[in-house]
Amino acid sequence: MTDATSQGGSRLTAADSRTKKRNASEKRFRAYGLAAIGTGLFFLVVLLTSIISNGSTAFMQTFIEVPVYLDPEALDPNGNRDPADISKVSTFGYNPLIQNAVFEQVQDKGIATDYEDAGDMRALISASAAAQLRDRVIANPDLIGETVDFQILASSRVDGYLKGRVSRDSITQDRNIDAGHLDLVDALREDGTVHKSFNFAFITGADASESRPEQAGLGVSMLGSLFMMLVVLFLALPIGVAASIYLEEFAPQNKFTDFIEVNISNLAAVPSIVFGILGLAAFIQFAHLPQSAPLVGGLTLTLMTLPTIVISTRASLKAVPPSIRDAALGVGASKMQSVFHHVLPLAMPGILTGTIIGLAQALGETAPLLLIGMVGYIATNYPEGVISGFMSPNSAMPAQIYEWAKRADPAYYERAWGGIIILLVFLLVMNVIAIILRRKFERRW
Amino acid sequence: MPVLWLFLIVLALAAIGFIAGRMRVTSAGGERPHSLPNYYGWNVAMKVMAPAFLALVVWLLVQPMLVDRQVTAGLAEGAVPEGSTLGLVMSDVRRVAGGLDTAVSLGLITAGDADAMSAADSDVRSLLGEAGVALGSDVSPEVLEAAQRYRAMNATGDFWRSAVVLLLAVGGLVWGVAQSHGTFRARNSVETGIRIILLSAASIAILTTIGIVLSLVGNTWHFFQIYPASKFFGSFTWSPSFGGGSELGIWPLLWGTLYISVIALIVAVPIGLFAAVYLSEYAGPRMRAWAKPLLEVLAGIPTIVYGLFALLTVGPLLLSVFGRDGLGWMQAGTAVMTAGLVMGIMLIPFVSSLSDDIINSVPQSLRDGSYGLGATQSETIKQVILPAALPGIVGAVLLAASRAIGETMIVVFGAGAAARLSLNPFDAMTTVTAKIVSQLTGDADFASPEALVAFALGMTLFIITLGLNVFALYIVRKYREQYE
Repeated sequence: MTDATSQGGSRLTAADSRTKKRNASEKRFRAYGLAAIGTGLFFLVVLLTSIISNGSTAFMQTFIEVPVYLDPEALDPNGNRDPADISKVSTFGYNPLIQNAVFEQVQDKGIATDYEDAGDMRALISASAAAQLRDRVIANPDLIGETVDFQILASSRVDGYLKGRVSRDSITQDRNIDAGHLDLVDALREDGTVHKSFNFAFITGADASESRPEQAGLGVSMLGSLFMMLVVLFLALPIGVAASIYLEEFAPQNKFTDFIEVNISNLAAVPSIVFGILGLAAFIQFAHLPQSAPLVGGLTLTLMTLPTIVISTRASLKAVPPSIRDAALGVGASKMQSVFHHVLPLAMPGILTGTIIGLAQALGETAPLLLIGMVGYIATNYPEGVISGFMSPNSAMPAQIYEWAKRADPAYYERAWGGIIILLVFLLVMNVIAIILRRKFERRW
Repeated sequence: MPVLWLFLIVLALAAIGFIAGRMRVTSAGGERPHSLPNYYGWNVAMKVMAPAFLALVVWLLVQPMLVDRQVTAGLAEGAVPEGSTLGLVMSDVRRVAGGLDTAVSLGLITAGDADAMSAADSDVRSLLGEAGVALGSDVSPEVLEAAQRYRAMNATGDFWRSAVVLLLAVGGLVWGVAQSHGTFRARNSVETGIRIILLSAASIAILTTIGIVLSLVGNTWHFFQIYPASKFFGSFTWSPSFGGGSELGIWPLLWGTLYISVIALIVAVPIGLFAAVYLSEYAGPRMRAWAKPLLEVLAGIPTIVYGLFALLTVGPLLLSVFGRDGLGWMQAGTAVMTAGLVMGIMLIPFVSSLSDDIINSVPQSLRDGSYGLGATQSETIKQVILPAALPGIVGAVLLAASRAIGETMIVVFGAGAAARLSLNPFDAMTTVTAKIVSQLTGDADFASPEALVAFALGMTLFIITLGLNVFALYIVRKYREQYE
């Protein structure tokens, strides 16, 4: 001990090798923790960058803008502008007009090309352009005989070339397009005939067949998701709130109540695909509801979302202090009145927040939808009304994204990423609303 | 009478009952009534709606089953052609009956014609074609006859349904209005009704579980009747062929599931745990406020996004390193590693949030005691906090494992379709969930073992995840009780 006092404080302040080791290990441990958080955030950044970099191109689409002469002889052979006659002309009647228009444009601009026939222009033009022109003419028969400026949807190869997905190397084996076409595209692009503009059809449009990725849009499946969410909202919210009120306010302490609680906590952890099996067996096999209908999807997702809503609703009911209930009972309210007149309104912001988060979860869920048949076909038709919106086959946003990702044409991958951006925007909006609700109405008792 | 009309009529009766009940009490003078006037109204409305709607729902569920059974029993022996099943014939019958209904409502034929029509002297197929019901083949006399019987029974059923429901509604109305006088305790009656509604809402959780179990058990039972359970659990090959002669052994699928889950946990548990430790022990309030929600964003992203990320970003990336141009271990972008890595990313916030809660619930006195003995912060964490939190953390890891086993979209996109028992993590393998999807979304006949096997797989999945959850919750709960 004399040793220690003689050297004064230096022995205490100078770190010995053991302390150094301990301090180093402390620093290392801290660094591990930081590294773990950093890795997690790094993954998040990589995920978001890859979504945005791959998907943002889906919102731009290549168009060819040329004046199209609507030849009366081809479109209205009888010359009487009768809508019935005009609609007898199929898209085959329009194809040559569009091809001629593009070919004339090429010649007018004096672009040197080996192609001598207007039919060779087909590779540049989407197969759906004729149908779009036809729709426009049928809607307005007076256009016939005039020359209209028409934004022709370019084929997906041309679109891919402008976006860098298709290159001269990658098309050597491609029967749909030649290098000469790409030369043409380069030339037309320079004078502005071929250009990219915002792709509204991707957000509002319908799905297209496998060979026309340039036409595919998310609009119809968005409606499918909307109808499903309506079912979930109108079933899961009242049932979930009623169940929570019972469990939190009225349920006696007994085996049956325990059984319900165990069931709810287990259902919250059942894999979503099992709910798909339930939906398939109960709603389609047993109740003979129509396959692929948003109603069935909504019912299945309701069962899946219920535990989430019940758990969050119970938490917000629990947060209302007992003094509120006691005060209501004290002035003569019945138990039921105290709950419905006082506790429930106070818990409402929390309940709504939980419901929105439950809805967001349901909106992004895919696996159950695969089993009840919301994939595997092409959702090209908008629902005709509210009833058909619920009952007729449709897709849903995540199911549509799954479908696109499964298709062979890489052009569909871009659509799938783009679809994910739209889906995430919806989820973001819902979560932000939930957070704002919570911030605004949250009460500390 | 269509159900919608019936529904609206009952609603209208309920509204009338509400007003009548309320008025009867308010207009009667004398002593103050027991309850507020609205309660008398609601009492009547409840008595109109509850029995009527209950009867309607039960009827809607039971009638199709009874009619189906009767018509099926009435089908002649020879009505089921070679290569078809009773189920297919019955769906034909339903389609023909539905087509006849449409034809009658479009005015193509009269109702009497539809009942009297025979397959021999009229072209039913083209008639139904006009009504918008396309049939694959001509309608056989047996099917037409069954369809006519089906329609007749449904018509009778519908008539009695309307009669019973309306009778109950009117009966309820009379009963309720008769009750409405000042001494009747209307509030108690209404509150009992509401209580029953609340209780039945809570019971839906039980019904859902029963529904899951029944749909799994029923179809699994069917499966084991046409495919021996010993082969399902005993075979090491999975090679379904829709032509018949499939081998449906579960082991390759279970192996793929476990392999992918283990890789996911190897990624998620260290990262999640260290993140949780740092956030709860080291991070200041400001860092906590932004790092925690940002990590949790990973949990809010739908799994389809992770699936696409695995297929289109992580798979090609791994392939460029481990594929033919690199180390040569990997054949294609879809592999156990791809799915496992991405699933691990998905599970990070799951592990970190749960562990964070658990570490936070370790009492401060334990930390103070350890610091008082001169331990550094990391020593305290390693030797005091983590051991104290261990049961909870094990519970969290088990919950994460159950998540990983039940995850579908990531493995559908990331893991490949080949069922094989291999040790190489860069091989494509498949999982129980991926096979449930592929067996049920194909064109397989619903009664074939190749489709029904999905239910047996679902059953296996349900039991494994349920077991893990129950065990994990048990551990977590037991641990929590120690400190509260």
